[in-house]
Amino acid sequence: MTTMMINALNYSVYLLIFGFLLTAFIGLFASWVDRKVTARVQYRVGPPLLQPLIDIVKLLGKETLVPAGASKMTFLTAPVIGLAGAILVATILWMNNIAPGKSFVGDLIVVLYLLTIPSLSIIMGGFASRNPLASIGASREMKLVLGYELPFILAMLVIVIKSGFTIRLADIVLYQTHHGSIISSWSGVLAFIVVIMCTQAKLALVPFDIPEAETEIVGGPLIEYSGTALAIYKLTKNMLLFILPFFIITLFLGGINLKGVDILWGLLKYVGLVALITVIRNTNPRVRIDQAVNFFWGPMTTISVIAVLLALAGK
Amino acid sequence: MSIKLNALLKSPWVFHLSTGSCNNCDIEILDCLTPRFDIERFGMLLAGSIRHADVLLVTGSCNRQSVERLKKLYEQVPKPCLVVAIGECALSRGMFIHSYNCPEPLDKIIPVDVYIPGCPPKPEAIIAGVVKLIGKIKNKK
Repeated sequence: MTTMMINALNYSVYLLIFGFLLTAFIGLFASWVDRKVTARVQYRVGPPLLQPLIDIVKLLGKETLVPAGASKMTFLTAPVIGLAGAILVATILWMNNIAPGKSFVGDLIVVLYLLTIPSLSIIMGGFASRNPLASIGASREMKLVLGYELPFILAMLVIVIKSGFTIRLADIVLYQTHHGSIISSWSGVLAFIVVIMCTQAKLALVPFDIPEAETEIVGGPLIEYSGTALAIYKLTKNMLLFILPFFIITLFLGGINLKGVDILWGLLKYVGLVALITVIRNTNPRVRIDQAVNFFWGPMTTISVIAVLLALAGK
Repeated sequence: MSIKLNALLKSPWVFHLSTGSCNNCDIEILDCLTPRFDIERFGMLLAGSIRHADVLLVTGSCNRQSVERLKKLYEQVPKPCLVVAIGECALSRGMFIHSYNCPEPLDKIIPVDVYIPGCPPKPEAIIAGVVKLIGKIKNKK
């Protein structure tokens, strides 16, 4: 009985401290890095360090309006569902990197499922808000999810094959500590390129910010959200800016080791990935939804199939 | 001062609303976002949707067509919110003061927090006006 209680306490520490608080703070910091780098690229000064946090606090203090005729229940629960999905993914990833023994078999598949929940919550919120622009945004988000999931899962397959047919994240990290990181092989490089592109779409950043296209459909699914609900969406988004690079680091770059000097190496991996994502976002124009789906189902799927074949051949 | 208001003053997202202006004031507002003036330093962002906005920037002479929309939009802003009148037309209807189409000035329709005169005001003047507004609220509370 007591061991069960200690276990439960242990897991809730992971959930609250690592899954929510730490992830949220690193996510807010990453969002500041993103905004600052964007500003510097455009020869601007950019916002102060605490700006993302201040934005969230401000939104929490504002009035939450529900548009007339919207389905109130779905409209208000959708952001919470998205946040819950993000927190769960973060918890699983932290647990695999800190205490590999504690994870369970098949958590890679669980992470893949949970990663689509933030997108699903945006779709739900968009359709529930009874606004034509939000509906357009939600339907675009839906098409985008259909587009990037296929190459993303094929790229995950490369990881599974390379690490000796295991679907435990802890085993994947362990494999990489013994045999070198997966990105050092040809199939790993190809899969990495595909996953970076899919990350850009998952985060809805520019080339693939089609669902939120501010200049065409003014924020898309989020158009009717205000106050606390919008704050939760922003927070989820900022957390995903930490979670997805962390996921990529765990799968391709050998995970983050929290012991001694290695933590700096892990930090370097993370900052490098965020900088890469920001530079892609700042040097590309937005594509149309049909172009995006073509891109993911055409070249990206081809590359990931080649990567899978290479991985099967042992390259 | 409450933490709520403090946060609002440090990240005011502005919504830009033209009630029949000649577009000069609007161009000057967009100038504030350019690298030269960069109001993102103060945490200000241009919000696309009225639901995300904290500050309503109103330009133009409030003609009969747009007054209804102005009232609707003011009702849709999540409170607390601030209203900034930019340019001579929004302040006093400018040269349209005797026009049949501009019955009332802006501050008779919705409460205005700060007035920025000029035809059009320079971006420096707009930023200075907003900074004065922030100072006013900070001293009042």
